[in-house]
Amino acid sequence: MVAPRIDRETTNEIVRQFGSKPEMLVQILQAIVMRSGWVSEETIRQLADELNLSRADVFGVVTYYHDFRREPPGEHIVKICQAEACQAMGGRELTDHARRSLGAGLHETKDDVTLEPVYCLGNCACAPAVMIDGKTHGRVTQLRFDELVGAIKERR
Amino acid sequence: MTSVRRIYVPRETSSVSVGADDVALEIAREAKRSGTSIELIRNGSWGATWLEPLVEVDVDGTRIAYGNVAASDVPTLFAAGFVEGGEHERRLGPIMEVDYLISQDRWTFWRCGLIDPLSIEDFRAHQGFTALEKAFADGADAVLDAVSESGLRGRGGAGFPTGIKWRTVAETPAGQKYIACNADEGDSGTFSDRMLMEGDPLGLIESMAIAGFAVGANKGYIYLRSEYPLTHAILSRALDVARESGWLGANIQDSGFDFDVELHLGAGSYVCGEETAMLESLEGKKGIVRYKPPLPAHEGLFGKPTVVNNVVTLASVPNIVNLGGERYSQMGVNRSKGTLAFQLAGNIKRGGLVEKSFGISLRELIEDWGGGTASGRPVKAVQVGGPLGAYLSAAQLDTPLDYEAFADIGAMIGHGGIVVFDDTVNMAQQARFAMEFCAIESCGKCTPCRIGSTRGVEVIDRIIAGENREENYDLLVELCDTMEGASLCAMGGMTPYPVRSVLKHFAEDFASSGDRP
Repeated sequence: MVAPRIDRETTNEIVRQFGSKPEMLVQILQAIVMRSGWVSEETIRQLADELNLSRADVFGVVTYYHDFRREPPGEHIVKICQAEACQAMGGRELTDHARRSLGAGLHETKDDVTLEPVYCLGNCACAPAVMIDGKTHGRVTQLRFDELVGAIKERR
Repeated sequence: MTSVRRIYVPRETSSVSVGADDVALEIAREAKRSGTSIELIRNGSWGATWLEPLVEVDVDGTRIAYGNVAASDVPTLFAAGFVEGGEHERRLGPIMEVDYLISQDRWTFWRCGLIDPLSIEDFRAHQGFTALEKAFADGADAVLDAVSESGLRGRGGAGFPTGIKWRTVAETPAGQKYIACNADEGDSGTFSDRMLMEGDPLGLIESMAIAGFAVGANKGYIYLRSEYPLTHAILSRALDVARESGWLGANIQDSGFDFDVELHLGAGSYVCGEETAMLESLEGKKGIVRYKPPLPAHEGLFGKPTVVNNVVTLASVPNIVNLGGERYSQMGVNRSKGTLAFQLAGNIKRGGLVEKSFGISLRELIEDWGGGTASGRPVKAVQVGGPLGAYLSAAQLDTPLDYEAFADIGAMIGHGGIVVFDDTVNMAQQARFAMEFCAIESCGKCTPCRIGSTRGVEVIDRIIAGENREENYDLLVELCDTMEGASLCAMGGMTPYPVRSVLKHFAEDFASSGDRP
């Protein structure tokens, strides 16, 4: 796994950026996940201490939101829209294709690529849509999907 | 060599998703190579998404459009003299003559596509902040009156009269009040909030300041979904631009009014688009729905009176202030006043954003603007209003888009998303997905939603498999009654809408897999 465990100092820095305020917990976690991809048990403990919250409070928030992974993802994250507008344009078939071509199911990682579902990227007039490493792509055919995935693998 | 030509290439999620960044890069390169001096402007999208990437060249004040431009087209475009508006197979003609656009009623989105979204000069040159100035001059009461008179209703989906909400917050005594802009646009088939924030972010900021001035709030929040990273970048920059130019912060333009906006990101929860769940999330907590009352207008964010409005609702206000509430209320029909930014999505030939007065029919939108399905096959079903909206059959396409007319047929307009399906869709699967989505996204506070949705998936699976079909069919209807009547918010309360609509109009799709003893 490439995604590093975020160190204590970086976590503290992020907490301070948000004024060490408990009401910024969702924003703090979002910043941590954007940096490192996931939230470890250790980070949960640390945030509880820093923000004067119970571990249960922080744990509850982490587990509530889809964005806050509790396992390290692969180096690349491929999200495929599962919502209705994309379904209408072959989103289910594209998801099946992705599973086969990546060799990973939804929420699984293979060869450092994590496949995840997403419910709407707001690109519904260019369906089906996928997001690869934070960049949204539209009108994604199976062929185009393979090209896009091929490109991220080449970049390594 | 004539003057420097302005070339517009959208920096908007959909356009970028189909290659606009590459096109912009290639245009800059080709201009350099050929020694052509150009000014590249990254505008928002006009909403003709099917033509993206849509590039425009300003030729002596007329913007000539070229549609579906790929990076590989750029050399031939230059060779054809497109910098002077030259002929090319991608050329559409003047943007103001593109029929998809000229036949709209652009009240809220009129600056989208037109201006450079991050230029305070361009924004000011297009009436930017003039409504806020007018509000300062006329006073808070005049703004509240104009909004009430306009008949504007919440565009997030619930359709609550905005004037009443603002008046309630204005009249609730409190030292601190807030404006919370709901930009958690989670409904599939919708992207109008995103287009507005990417194409006219300063317009939203002005709208929030007007709301703050009208109700006596000096702090605003935007709750933006994390699925919109480009929007986040544009909006963050726009907030800085507004601060740097003195349109946000203390004593705005010497008016004595202080107002600033904090941008928050969501974290992938659909239910956080529900206003009270959004407030919880803004407070750093799990996005769990609150009981109402108290209404957010009385006790909202951090327990203080809060205006919670959708992006499009807020962005409709500056023109209401500038042109008067009556002018807005003259558009539309019955109790659905003004315009809505309809979004044509899914299996549609000419998808995009169409701002029209209420009263237009689905058929006009889907056929006249949308050009029918992308696949060329017949329309089988149309889901309006997101995952909690009913599926309409081809026979219902003449229903006028009017909040009450839709309610009368067990449907809703919601945030204006229109998702078209052709005849290859299996509607039993769509009903199943409605329940499945509710099970994934339920906040878990109330039982009908949390448990009902999971049971709903199981019952639908049994019907599809042909197990005791009639009994399970009755059970599903009963489950829908329970969810609809006993859920705390629209998540569980309206998930039955798409399910019931499938039972009513597409029941044959449940039977297609054959009965099993």
